[in-house]
Amino acid sequence: MPKNPEIKKVLVLGSGPIVIGQAAEFDYAGTQACRSLKEEGIQVVLLNSNPATIMTDKDIADQVYIEPLTAEVVEQLICKERPDSILPTLGGQAGLNLAMELEESGFLKENQVRLIGTTALTIKKAEDRELFKETMEKIHEPVAPSDIVEDVEDGLRIAAKIGYPVVLRPAYTLGGSGGGIARNPEQCREILENGLRLSRVGQVLVERCIAGWKEIEYEVMRDGAGNVITVCNMENIDPVGVHTGDSIVVAPSQTLGDKEYQMLRTSALNIITELGITGGCNVQYALNPDSFEYCVIEVNPRVSRSSALASKATGYPIAKVAAKIALGYTLDEIKNAVTKKTCACFEPMLDYCVVKMPRLPFDKFISAKRALGTQMKATGEVMSICTSFEGALMKAIRSLEQHVYGLDGYDFSELDEAGLKEQLSKVDDRRIWVIAEALRRGISYDEIFEITRIDRWFIHKLAVLVDMEQALKKEPLTAELLREAKRLEFPDTIIARLTGMSQEDIKSMRYEAGIRAAYKMVDTCAAEFAAETPYYYSCFDGNCEAKENGGKQKKKVLVLGSGPIRIGQGIEFDFCSVHSTWAFAREGYETIIINNNPETVSTDFDIADKLYFEPLTPEDVESVVDVEKPDGAVVQFGGQTAIKLTEALMKMGVPILGTAAEDVDAAEDRELFDRILEECRIPRPAGHTVFTAEEAKKAAGELGYPVLVRPSYVLGGQGMQICINDHDIDEFIGIINQIAQDHPILVDKYIVGKEIEVDAVCDGEDILIPGIMEHIERTGVHSGDSISVYPAPSITPQIEAKLVDYTERLARALHVKGMINIQFIVAGEEVFIIEVNPRSSRTVPYISKVTGIPIVPLATQVICGHTLKELGYEPGLQKKSEYIAIKMPVFSFEKIRGADISLGPEMKSTGECLGVAKTFNEALYKAFVGAGIRLPEHKNMVITVRDSEQEAAVEIARRFQNAGYRIFATRGTARVLNDHGVKALAVRKLEQESPNILDLILGHEMDLVIDIPQQGAERSRDGFIIRRNAIETGVHVLTSLDTAEALATSLENRAEELTLIDIGRL
Amino acid sequence: MKAFLILEDGTIFCGSSIGSDREVISEIVFNTSMTGYLEVLTDPSYAGQAVVMTYPLIGNYGICREDMESDKPWPDGFIVRELSRIPSNFRSGDTIQHFLKEYDIPGISGIDTRALTKILREKGTMNGMITTHVYEDYAEPIERIKNYQVTGVVKAASCREKYVVAGDETAFAGAARRKGAVESRAGEGKRVALLDLGAKRNIAHALAERGCQVTVYPCDTPADEILSANPDGIMLSNGPGDPKENVEIIGEIRKLYQSEIPIFAICLGHQLMALAVGADTYKLKYGHRGGNHPVKDLTAGRVYISSQNHGYAVSLESLDPQVAVPAFVNVNDGTNEGLRYVGKNIFTVQFHPEACPGPQDSGYLFDRFIEMMGGKE
Repeated sequence: MPKNPEIKKVLVLGSGPIVIGQAAEFDYAGTQACRSLKEEGIQVVLLNSNPATIMTDKDIADQVYIEPLTAEVVEQLICKERPDSILPTLGGQAGLNLAMELEESGFLKENQVRLIGTTALTIKKAEDRELFKETMEKIHEPVAPSDIVEDVEDGLRIAAKIGYPVVLRPAYTLGGSGGGIARNPEQCREILENGLRLSRVGQVLVERCIAGWKEIEYEVMRDGAGNVITVCNMENIDPVGVHTGDSIVVAPSQTLGDKEYQMLRTSALNIITELGITGGCNVQYALNPDSFEYCVIEVNPRVSRSSALASKATGYPIAKVAAKIALGYTLDEIKNAVTKKTCACFEPMLDYCVVKMPRLPFDKFISAKRALGTQMKATGEVMSICTSFEGALMKAIRSLEQHVYGLDGYDFSELDEAGLKEQLSKVDDRRIWVIAEALRRGISYDEIFEITRIDRWFIHKLAVLVDMEQALKKEPLTAELLREAKRLEFPDTIIARLTGMSQEDIKSMRYEAGIRAAYKMVDTCAAEFAAETPYYYSCFDGNCEAKENGGKQKKKVLVLGSGPIRIGQGIEFDFCSVHSTWAFAREGYETIIINNNPETVSTDFDIADKLYFEPLTPEDVESVVDVEKPDGAVVQFGGQTAIKLTEALMKMGVPILGTAAEDVDAAEDRELFDRILEECRIPRPAGHTVFTAEEAKKAAGELGYPVLVRPSYVLGGQGMQICINDHDIDEFIGIINQIAQDHPILVDKYIVGKEIEVDAVCDGEDILIPGIMEHIERTGVHSGDSISVYPAPSITPQIEAKLVDYTERLARALHVKGMINIQFIVAGEEVFIIEVNPRSSRTVPYISKVTGIPIVPLATQVICGHTLKELGYEPGLQKKSEYIAIKMPVFSFEKIRGADISLGPEMKSTGECLGVAKTFNEALYKAFVGAGIRLPEHKNMVITVRDSEQEAAVEIARRFQNAGYRIFATRGTARVLNDHGVKALAVRKLEQESPNILDLILGHEMDLVIDIPQQGAERSRDGFIIRRNAIETGVHVLTSLDTAEALATSLENRAEELTLIDIGRL
Repeated sequence: MKAFLILEDGTIFCGSSIGSDREVISEIVFNTSMTGYLEVLTDPSYAGQAVVMTYPLIGNYGICREDMESDKPWPDGFIVRELSRIPSNFRSGDTIQHFLKEYDIPGISGIDTRALTKILREKGTMNGMITTHVYEDYAEPIERIKNYQVTGVVKAASCREKYVVAGDETAFAGAARRKGAVESRAGEGKRVALLDLGAKRNIAHALAERGCQVTVYPCDTPADEILSANPDGIMLSNGPGDPKENVEIIGEIRKLYQSEIPIFAICLGHQLMALAVGADTYKLKYGHRGGNHPVKDLTAGRVYISSQNHGYAVSLESLDPQVAVPAFVNVNDGTNEGLRYVGKNIFTVQFHPEACPGPQDSGYLFDRFIEMMGGKE
């Protein structure tokens, strides 16, 4: 079936800000699909509120709108751009829900816009619980006994009928928001109350608990002619009960025989056929480990995190093929992009094993519960490929960058046997390390299986790794043992530690015995056909297929990616890596990417000339370097992950392109950096470098509290805290030391002021500053969690001149070649430097888009030796854009039970969205709407403010009152407000009898909570409970008065109609 | 114990011995299926060959004897990257290590199966030797390896005596069918004669499950004997080796062709039928063995993912279009995957609609056969 000629202009919906459950995978899918559509001559209009994405680049789509993802905006956009079709299956649940809303309202029909990729009926059949069940029953596909309920009492009745435990799943929510397993009526009531409210349609599914069964997924595709294929099947190591996004997943399935494999495959194909999907679809199964009994858990009629994983695991580009199918092509008409010989109508065969591990945010949320359940908590993930399961697991573990390199990375040796078994029964992120300890103690596979329900095969594989650990400890290290250890992917560092030898000795012993990493190709067909994909993974038990391109005269550059998405290092670094790679290619380089994140664009096999899907540790990088012998490496674009590899690359003899390694070090090393600041005569908050808590307290005493304490080499403010007394210092240094630290600790005076951020490109001589950004929140809130405004609205020309001057002085002093990011504090007329990053930053994608200056390509060209002037740029601060761009942080607090949501120097947001407009107010309004903050009509709010800021809170409260809010406050705050003429109703404190403040929140009577907690460690427990409960009941909570003020401004200036801006035309 | 795989081109792989430690020379072929190693091992079409599994982890779910496609394993040797040290599956009754030993099948593990596969892909299927013996001079064994030829395998793989497939035996058939996916009993009462050229069990079972009464005949059964039983349909099975070697069988099949009885043939059966009507077959460079090959049904225009295991194919140029026309084509390489015989109730396919291992997508062909026999809808 050829392309449908009626499709000429397609609107593609993105998924919006990165939140837990909806991350970079949709940028990958969207980017791939847009490129695929453009290949076919289709005009692409793109809508996504997330500026850090690659899909929102003007070279990816024809018209790009970074606007809030709301039905109103899409309607307005359709009227403006008049697309003939809309492709809703690439923007995750957000995109799908939006399309459904417009379809149901009749808007699409009225405006003659067709849904392509999938029909509304299909979406309904897959998403509407009742219809889905009916559909499954019709084709005899089993689902767990269940019922839809719309109120709590009904739910309790059904749960009693099905029998506890029951799983509760709200309809139309993200990443299982609001769902859970209830073991009794009390729990059931609690989850139902929440889930009913969070569901877009007020429905919750109550279902038989099949926890403990194997969880298996199939990624299937279908075209308009009815051809169906399976791209990949995957087995969750964790049994049903842990969200697949938080599970360790292996592809293909390992413990299924052909009978089970084909049974579920046939089922998945029957389902996609019955649903009539044209494109990709994910089907999740629960399979009874003791029989052929199975049930269908869920069907996602769209691309998903799993489809991104399946694409990377197999080399089959699902989103690209789905886009072609949406245009009318059949699978056999589409080429296999990997072999370039065969067609897309086949099933990939793997000759390797793939392991995915989630990146969980418990290092950022120390107070959060680590337990894993049906609510996804991971912010990102890593994937690894190897010829053995053990090898793939070991590689995945170190790809996570959590200072853990093997199964002895978390220590449970202090637990007694009963304690250990108790720990085994707790499902959390450290479960495989607990199993490893159980295996060391000789607990049997059967017993571990009975407790964990993790298949014995996987337990056995962990035992193989534990045995190797023991062998390395006890046996003499022969070449044979070393070879086996490497086959199992034990890194040299671990082998050195276990054998008591030095890392250098291990390495030379390896090289002597010829034990080196070899690279194999991911080719979709298990070597059956010759493939052209330069997509590699390493193993230690084979010959190397990656060859140097003999005779080719191109220079080679190694681009280091940024690893898994985590709080503090997100999708923006993938944006930078990819753009840098493309720029190097334009400069005539052969490009090589190393990265391990399956969700990203950078790990798509057609971005660089070669892709190595590998961990980003010095040893893994060195193995690639040994084979590729690059002429240089670039570390500026892969965030802190890449920067950390600078020293190691230098030792390998790989030249660092751009800013030299010693200058990178100078920016990161406190003493060196202080010297440079002194030379440049740039002030910074007074501070000291210390190693112990005692030294820190002494330093704080000299500086005077409050002080800012943090480890050097920080990532997103990791381990950074404001301390107001000695006790705080003791506590934080204790925490910092828990997270392995080779680097010293910094203690700085905490200065209150305006935070300013600057990104600049320097060619060694001249400096280009695209713009200056100002944060709404004052110092003390991490820059990534602050609302950032470009151009800076409130700085004087004098201050501006000072900022430019300091930036130039610093860039020159550090001999920056490429990117630099600087954060300043402006206090009165004084400007202090707080941080310098000799690399690309979080703000680069957004500032590039709004100024129209291609910052990353420019920096790359500079790195390649061009000067700014030669490239046609006038150095210095660039002319301000006529548009205001406001970057709004987006949080995923409701997903992380027990996490403290109050903002501070430690970054907590998972994503961001942008508001772009001609006026500040409209930009701010768009940013709030884009972040999902849409306050409802009946308006009640709670204000609790720490004593020191109560006066300041009065004016803000007054503005909310004027906007129609009824204000509730705890006694102290209420008195101050009332004294100043703001009417506030006093409510009882938490510890007082009901009804108190918590009852108001839990009773869903509040729409907004403003809670400004105490600084320092001794934060009020009450405040914590209030904030947590508010978040978990879906109420917006603000913890900074500056944010509150901005929101008031936004409320006062609600725009009736937004002006949509095609950023491609800026 | 160390084991060696020596290829006729002189390449030597060193690994560990699995199964029997006896020396064997065979034709080396690779299979890309990720599951179904037991079905592969017990597929009689592998008689005379040693199989390389491209999927690196084999033996994970142990041995479920009810999944065997015949009474015993047929390959001369088994070549894998890694054998699982423990099996894990609720039906597993044995380990693959023990299974190979029990049937005296030699094998080698711990070698770079991908490198081996690439050699076979580039240079074509070739002979090789699996041995635990350390040769000082390889010239002599390599000479023997080169001279090896696969012969007489159909006869070896076929049953000796005619038998009737018992109805209750069907209980073991594919797990998915047990789930009620196939409830058609359209073949109720139809009597099918199955010519066993090295048949996989599931061919008979796919028919029996649909209600057919299946009588299995040895490969050397004269056509007259089958015809005189007056079956409603004749099924020609899969089987091993070079199709052209089976001169006598081809002669008998020609007689079956001349009868008016509906015929359905799979794999070797498909090739023999083509040879019987005067067409030619040729050896593919490295064959199709796996569960992911797309075949296009030229009548319906639909593409199905199929299970495949063949080293030879029917040459379309040699085919008289008055006699037979292509019904299926391999989407990857354009080779013939099925024929429809003009003016006859005969159709044949190169791939394996009986699956096991592999996709069950083309199981509808058995229904088509039953329809041809006049079975009820």
